[in-house]
Amino acid sequence: MIQNHIERETLIEAPLEVVWGVVTEPSQINRWFTDAAQLDLRPGGRGELSWENHGAVELRVERVERPHLFSFRWLYPEGSEPRDGNSMLVEFTLRDEGGKTRLRVVESGLATVDWDDEEKAKFLDSHSRGWERHLGSLDEYMAAQRESAR
Amino acid sequence: MTATRSTDEDLWAAVGEPSRKRLLDVLLARGEATPSALAEELPFTRQAVSKHLAVLDRAGLVESRRHGREVRYVVRPERLDAASQAMARAATQWDRRLRAIKEIAEAAYRDQRSDPEQKENQR
Repeated sequence: MIQNHIERETLIEAPLEVVWGVVTEPSQINRWFTDAAQLDLRPGGRGELSWENHGAVELRVERVERPHLFSFRWLYPEGSEPRDGNSMLVEFTLRDEGGKTRLRVVESGLATVDWDDEEKAKFLDSHSRGWERHLGSLDEYMAAQRESAR
Repeated sequence: MTATRSTDEDLWAAVGEPSRKRLLDVLLARGEATPSALAEELPFTRQAVSKHLAVLDRAGLVESRRHGREVRYVVRPERLDAASQAMARAATQWDRRLRAIKEIAEAAYRDQRSDPEQKENQR
């Protein structure tokens, strides 16, 4: 089984509680993620993320451990229960670093997902706006190859 | 765009697996190699190397060339470039979101410290 996950982190000059609010409150989520968000912030709680140009996506809350961990599943086939294998898991972890907050996000599950092509296409489409390269050594190779080809 | 989406998915899956990514790195460094040569350089069995090469071949990332009785593999750089882009898309989205979260949280914290009551008013 192929494993894929995306891992990103940042250090924020604000305490845990402030960052927790920005990550989990719908009125704040609208400012960094969606055009509109609804969220029932407890394990098993439902939510909806929507964008004016892209419609709405359902989500299901997995874990809520204030102020350290918040995770949800999304991008599962309409009408089905989200689980390992049919959805993407997004996990935010917050760690105190001397009054600042280390925020990490991990998105996992794509390769184990058993969606049909349409669902996969939808996922890739939703992730396709704007890109840069982050693939480590492969990218360095590519850059070097392009340089030497000039 | 529609025609390339499922292809992107194949590409992503093909390079998303760490052993395959490593195999690609070695193949890129060597330029051209037989499965046996790759197996010598990597901690995988010859059989595992063949399996990975088959996946990479299906995704169009490598191609095989026959030299007499030997089959040698080479990387197809243009496809690799597309793969790295497909891999990077979701990551880039999260980079942007984390940047936004950072800005929002830091601004909220600055306001909160300069005017402790403003935190409540903002909600």
